[in-house]
Amino acid sequence: MVQLTLPQNSRIKPGKTWPKPANAARLTEFRIYRWNPDDDANPHIDVYFVDRDDCGPMILDALIWIKSKIDSTLTFRRSCREGVCGSCAMNIDGLNTLACTRGIDEVAAPVTVYPLPHQEVIKDLVPDLTVFYAQHASIEPWLKTISPPPEKEWLQSPEERAKLDGLYECILCASCSTACPSYWWTGDRYLGPAVLLQAYRWLVDSRDEAQGERLDNLEDPFRLYRCHTIMNCAKTCPKGLNPAKAIIHIKEMMVERRL
Amino acid sequence: MERYAPHAKDLASRDVVSRAMTMEIREGRGVGKSQDHIHLHLDHLDPKVLHERLPGISDSARIFAGVDLSKEPIPVLPTVHYNMGGIPTNYHGEVLTKVDGDPDATVSGLMALGEAACVSVHGANRLGSNSLIDLVVFGRAAGLRAAETLKPGDRQPELAKDSAEFALTRLDRFRYAKGKTPTAALRLNMQLVMQTNCAVFRTGEVLAEGKEKIHAAWRSGADVSVTDRSLIWNSDLVETLEYDNLIVQAVVTMEGAANRLESRGAHAREDYPKRDDVNWMKHTLTWIDPVKQTVAIDYRPVHAYTMSNDIGYIEPKARVY
Repeated sequence: MVQLTLPQNSRIKPGKTWPKPANAARLTEFRIYRWNPDDDANPHIDVYFVDRDDCGPMILDALIWIKSKIDSTLTFRRSCREGVCGSCAMNIDGLNTLACTRGIDEVAAPVTVYPLPHQEVIKDLVPDLTVFYAQHASIEPWLKTISPPPEKEWLQSPEERAKLDGLYECILCASCSTACPSYWWTGDRYLGPAVLLQAYRWLVDSRDEAQGERLDNLEDPFRLYRCHTIMNCAKTCPKGLNPAKAIIHIKEMMVERRL
Repeated sequence: MERYAPHAKDLASRDVVSRAMTMEIREGRGVGKSQDHIHLHLDHLDPKVLHERLPGISDSARIFAGVDLSKEPIPVLPTVHYNMGGIPTNYHGEVLTKVDGDPDATVSGLMALGEAACVSVHGANRLGSNSLIDLVVFGRAAGLRAAETLKPGDRQPELAKDSAEFALTRLDRFRYAKGKTPTAALRLNMQLVMQTNCAVFRTGEVLAEGKEKIHAAWRSGADVSVTDRSLIWNSDLVETLEYDNLIVQAVVTMEGAANRLESRGAHAREDYPKRDDVNWMKHTLTWIDPVKQTVAIDYRPVHAYTMSNDIGYIEPKARVY
């Protein structure tokens, strides 16, 4: 049996346990991953106690409460706080999801919060998503046409528009891609579920006229075919989408165009 | 909404709906434990329509209020949606200031766009989708103007040796701030003052108190404390710089509101409920002195002409919905 161990400096150590807030009747314990690029210390888990009577219902509310009331160095991305921007994706209670739409009471206490797995960490809960964004850019996520532009809009029937349901809702939070074992192992070459779902969104858009070119770009043993229908993507998606299904449809289009 | 906007009803503009909501709550018709909010009913609409047209609202209601809006009403409350006003610009996106009585003097080389700018399509009331005009129309216009006024490869005047000094001093001042009040506490105080003293309805008294409180908040910024000293993803520092930007916005908003003795657009004063075109058909201009922490107020006229012969100037009328 091969035994794998993390390198010395990657091992997660116990961190600081911050004092409980005074006069709080209802406390929830949070165990949060910390890593500071400015010192040589290992990543560690800090423990915080959140006063639930002074805090909103969501995990993001708790993180903001901690940053405001206990420790302003705690670092995480956040913006819209309503599941629209995709900034606050992180690993909560073992599942990649959005901190803003996951209720504190929906997960078991103590609540564990880690950055999205298998990405380089910039600081605390902030992963480096440079590769992820570059992969998204590589599928050229915009409408491509060769026909002369119409006088007004490019029109689409309600039926054609309906084909984008389940795809357009993706907010590129990277929860699915960073939950995919195949993406963990070959994330530099496999595009991953989020980017492939986005690719399919343009492939089925009735107004787009670059289908062949788009499929050529994906026809590659790694970019598309590293999806092994593990389905972690669909299980973890905080918007309830199914990237694996989109990937299957791309594979079908690949077969169909050969017939 | 029939009571407030008999024709447009729920489709009245956002400030009218906000005022109607506030009136209902004030008059004791609010709902909930403290009767402090109202219910928005969408359950009369076909669930298919809700799913098709309002997927985002359906999700938000389910996640945040635990409400299935095809069956139950959503608890709602008026809040701030956007800033009105901004950096005055002409329709090219060039920033304007007032020099020697000329209200259309451009600030050479400086442009402003989007919500930061005030091209003033919206005047005293920003209506739905005006942000799109700001981006699509004036974004393009500003791009064209920049291309027109700049030549590629042109020599630029040498920067002064200490040109970075101002920005770096500001950065360092906050990065090493060792006061006693964390940024989050300053920000919360600012939010509370604005929410209490500069809300949907205003009176001279409430605004005068608001002025005192927001100036006190501004002064208390000297005691700011920043804990994170890092130069990598320092969100403590970024939030502090954001607060420093926001507090002056709050100060000029409060000063402008207290100074304007009429009601216009979204600015609803209970002591001056009428619009007064004789005295107040003008923009408020404000200048901040960050050292003395004072505000100076002046005005610029509203352009009462069009730039085309095809359509004449449209006189403002009383708003009825």
